[in-house]
This record gives sequence, structure tokens and C-alpha cells, in this order.
Amino acid sequence: MFLRFSRILLIYFLFFSYVESAESGGMPQLNPEFWFSQIFWLIITFGIMFILLSKLVLPKISENLEVRKAQITENIEAAEKQREESDKKLKEYDQLITNSKNEAKNYFNKAREKILKDVDKKRENLEKEINEEINKAEKEILDLKNKSPEKIRKIAVETSSDLIKRLIGVDVNNSSISAIVEDVSRKTN
Amino acid sequence: MASNPMYQFNVYRIGPEIKIGEVDLSFTNASLFMVISSLAVLIIFNLGSKKNSLIPNKIQLLAELSYTFVSKMISDTAGSKAKPYFSFIFSLFMFVLFCNMFGMIPYAFTVTSHIIVTFVLAAFIFFGVTIIGFIKHGFGYLKLFVPSGVPVVLLPLIVVIEVISYLSRPVSLSVRLFANMMAGHTMMKVFGGFVISLGIVGGWLPLGFSVALTGLEILVAFLQAYVFAILTCIYLNDALNLHH
Repeated sequence: MFLRFSRILLIYFLFFSYVESAESGGMPQLNPEFWFSQIFWLIITFGIMFILLSKLVLPKISENLEVRKAQITENIEAAEKQREESDKKLKEYDQLITNSKNEAKNYFNKAREKILKDVDKKRENLEKEINEEINKAEKEILDLKNKSPEKIRKIAVETSSDLIKRLIGVDVNNSSISAIVEDVSRKTN
Repeated sequence: MASNPMYQFNVYRIGPEIKIGEVDLSFTNASLFMVISSLAVLIIFNLGSKKNSLIPNKIQLLAELSYTFVSKMISDTAGSKAKPYFSFIFSLFMFVLFCNMFGMIPYAFTVTSHIIVTFVLAAFIFFGVTIIGFIKHGFGYLKLFVPSGVPVVLLPLIVVIEVISYLSRPVSLSVRLFANMMAGHTMMKVFGGFVISLGIVGGWLPLGFSVALTGLEILVAFLQAYVFAILTCIYLNDALNLHH
């Protein structure tokens, strides 16, 4: 502040000393002959320039700048929008792909399950049938096994009665024969 | 007389003498360069604003860069309230810049090397800013001279200094530009004179200086225009946003 003040004082001093020396033809700047002319022409030229610039030129430049700014932001917005859209599309596409993959997997799984089930069912049925058959056969065998001594006895009784009839010619009571056969078979057993 | 380094600042009449009453308003070489500078500004910026293509051509880019440069300078120093004064500060900056730059052409006249021109600009700014300050804040604008946080004992002294520094604004603003332009051009003329007087043998050193000075002066021409505009913004900031 003080520095500035002292500098201004110095400038004042120089100025006034120049004014004194101007009269002896030192500085043309301090010759007041054309001062009014310079002021007049300064006001005219600067005034016209200022009016034309502020009324015509500067609003246009400002408008140009604004239009460009608006256009650039618009373009950026449009680009952003498009990018978002493409992102969305990409997501959709991804979704579609995953969905179809899942679906395919589902189909495959279902088919496999169905086939497995079918196979299981068929095998079960088959096993059941086989078991039934085996059971039946076992039963038959058991039946046969159980029935065979009686049959043999019957046959033995019949043949013995037949034999006795032929040999002796006497009808023997079947019950007595069967008792004898039973006795014999018990002995052999 | 042509070897006098101050000769380049002479103003002379071009064409007839125009007198209104006792006042001489003749068209001079200074007037000629004012017309050339303002016309150049108008032509360049008109060309730069004519066509609005999305990708600007060179002259449009120039105009738009200058526009954003000045608008950023104003919003940085004086805030958003200074927007209505944009076109004035822009015109001021461009006018001073073009006058300075046209002065760099050999044999051209430097309008801003005349104290009366810079003083009229600075005085206009000073009065304008003061009027704006009083319109915006009424007599509260006088608070500008009373900085806050100063001990009461020092207050009279500080107020006096603040008033003097405020009143010296147009002088410092105008003298800074005028003195810079005059000193630079005088120095270049002096070194140019050395080149001639030392001849082909010893003239190379001052020639080199002259070349370096030309670069420096172009820098100064831009810098002083920038300083002129930014100081205007700072004064405007004082008037618009009373901070003290």
C-alpha cells in the first residue's frame, strides 16, 4: 500500500516535471495542441466500436457458443441414451441366451428323467413278473413235492390190488391194501 | 529530427483542419490508428461471428477464444454481477490490445502511448465505476474507504490513504499503460539508432537487442492491455461487491 502510494507520488512528480519540460519540446504527448482532437476521435472510434460490438457482434458470438454447447450436450445425451439402449439390448440378449440355455437343460433333464423312470418301471415290472413266475414255479414244485407220496401210494395201492387180483383172483378191500402200503412205505422211509 | 527517439510520438494533421469554435478536432495520425484499430476489431470479430459451424474455423476460434478469455477474466475477478459490463470491458480490452499491437508495426503510430488517450479511458472508467458504486450502495459505498479490522487510532490515517489511493486510480491506470508503451517504443528507437550509428561492424549487438525487445514489447503490449482490463474488473468488483 505504502509502496504503491510512493510510486504514485513518483509518477506524479515525473508527470509534472515532464509537463514543464514539454514546453521546451521534450515529449509530444504533453503538447496540448491535439488533445481535444484525440479525445474527440477516441470517443467517436471507441464509441462506434463499442456500440457495434455490444449490439451486433458479441450477442452473436455468445449465441454461437451457446448453440454449440447445447448441441454438444445434446449429442452427448443422445450418445448416452444410445449406449444405455445398447446396454439394455445386450442384457436382453444375455437373458435370452441364458433363458434358452436353461430351457434346453430343462428339456434334457426332463427327457432323461422320463427315460430313467420308464426304464425303472419296466425293470420293476419285469422283476415282478419274474418273481411271480418264480413263486408260481416254486409253489408248483412244492405242490408236486407234497402230492407225490400220496400219488405214489395210490399207484402202489392200485397196482398191488391189481396184482393181487391177477395173482389170486380175489378182490381185496382197498383200504386194507392201503394200510399195508402205508406200513411198508413207513418202513422203507 | 527523425533520429530523436521521441519523434515517433508526434501527432500531425492528416487532411484539412477541422475547427469547431476554438477547438481543433482535425483528423490526425492518432485518429487514423484509432480508426484502423477499431475497424480491425470490428472486422475480425464480425468475421468470427458470421458463420456458426460446429467445428469453428480459425477466425471463429479466435473470436470465441477471446470471448471466453474475457468472460472468464471478468467472472473470476468481479463475479457474476459484472455480466452487464462484459461488452464494455471486452471492447476496452480489444481496443487497447489492437492499438498496442498496431503500434508494433514499424512506422505505425501507437495510440496508447499518448497520456491523454489513456487518461480519458481511465477517467471514464473511474467515473463510471464510482457512479455504479453509488447507485448500487448509496452512501454505503463510502465504506470502501474504511477497511474493517483496523485499530481506531490508525483509522484517520488509513482513510486518508484509501481516499488518495482511490483518487489516484485513473492516474495510475493511465500512466501505467502510457509509460509502458512510451518507454518500450523509445527504447526500441534508441537501439535502432545505435544499429545505424554503429554501422555494419558494431551494429549487430544492438540489432540483436532490438529483435529481443520487439518480442518483449509484443508481450508488454498484450500484458498491458490485459492489466488495463483486469484492473477495470477489479475496480468494478469494488463497486459491485463491497467487501471491505
